[in-house]
Amino acid sequence: MALDKFGIAKRIAKELKDGMYVNLGIGIPTLVANYVPENMTIIFQSENGILGMGPYPTEEEVDADLINAGKETVTLIKGAALFDSAESFGMIRAGKIDLTVLGAMEVSEQGDIANWKIPGKMVKGMGGAMDLVASAKNIIVAMMHTNPKGESKLLPACTLPLTGLRCVKKVITDLAVLEITPDGFLLKEKAPGVTVEEIKRKTLGKLICPDNVPDIEL
Amino acid sequence: MNKVVSNAHEAIQPIESGSTIMLGGFGLNGIPENCIAALVQKGINQLTCISNNAGVDDFGLGLLLQKKQIKKMISSYVGENAEFERQLLNGELEVDLIPQGTLATRIQMAAMGIPAFYTPAGFGTEVAFGKEVRYFNNKPYLMELALHADFAIVKAWKGDTMGNLVFRKTTRNFSTSMAKAGNITIAEVEHLVQPGEIDPDDVHVAGIYVHKIFQGVNYEKRIEKRTVKIVDK
Repeated sequence: MALDKFGIAKRIAKELKDGMYVNLGIGIPTLVANYVPENMTIIFQSENGILGMGPYPTEEEVDADLINAGKETVTLIKGAALFDSAESFGMIRAGKIDLTVLGAMEVSEQGDIANWKIPGKMVKGMGGAMDLVASAKNIIVAMMHTNPKGESKLLPACTLPLTGLRCVKKVITDLAVLEITPDGFLLKEKAPGVTVEEIKRKTLGKLICPDNVPDIEL
Repeated sequence: MNKVVSNAHEAIQPIESGSTIMLGGFGLNGIPENCIAALVQKGINQLTCISNNAGVDDFGLGLLLQKKQIKKMISSYVGENAEFERQLLNGELEVDLIPQGTLATRIQMAAMGIPAFYTPAGFGTEVAFGKEVRYFNNKPYLMELALHADFAIVKAWKGDTMGNLVFRKTTRNFSTSMAKAGNITIAEVEHLVQPGEIDPDDVHVAGIYVHKIFQGVNYEKRIEKRTVKIVDK
């Protein structure tokens, strides 16, 4: 059966390698921090000026001057560094971040992403998303395969205002792990118990299905 | 040299309706609370405010929005303020939504005397509309201009009477760049000290950038999302 948001986060955590500098977007991506393997050092970057973001504080540790990009109170790990927003986005644009994980409303078969605006309904702003997707070496999108109306979020072309062009490399949903190739979405793994037929039905963009699609292992 | 003023009301004295003001802070983190309250009280309007976020409905810039003192906002994310989103969707408020890195860098470039620069952020999106595109190493970039303001208002943890500023934790965010970019920079600080009490190695914003400084009072330091770890006892 389909993964839940924790399952998606657990699967994304398997992409982590020791020593990576990682930026996690708001929503499902933030959960990835809970599944870093035991002996692995991952340095989380928060675009408001932290390298070495730590877990949430205890009540005693709460510091109003220390928050993450989602405006949540956090702590710092030993060896953390603090800096300003101009420097933060400088290091992002200069390609120093090894992995960026963010959510999306739509992803196209060419790797375009839309995740910041629904015209006339939701215009919260793009925040740092456009900078991240334009510069990151390695972008993974974490999202549900379909929207609350049951419509596919993996499309031939995005219908919503774009955040970035041709930038997504991998998409991990509640149903599948897909890579973006020159020929469209390539199905790499599927959630245990979910059929390839269901994934085909729920993917409107071009989808390549190999003969043997292994199950996602968590 | 006399940069010290008594309070926010004295500090914002030169600001009139129609001014363009940069305000430091990320969400409610590090916002210049005293100056915002003074601007609300002064009642000036038709302001253009440059700030990464718009505060929340009843704190930060939200207070100026409630009183309809802001004509235009230049921000990257306004999700925490429902009044803002409402005014935006109803056309009551002019808004430029700018990628956060572009916003920070436009301000930083003003601070550095650079009139324009190229960034990949927003290429292929509606942000690119009307902008020059240039390729470097086969990759497309948008030309963006430095962003200046009549006034920059920031809040620092510590400052001396010569205007040197030190920030704490994540309250640096946009404030360091804004302090350096404003035509006139006003700094409110939690601790106003004498020259010599801040080690030169520790200065985040040098006094050359700061025109007025004052000892702030009664900081609420509101937290938007107080997320805590539950500890098993």
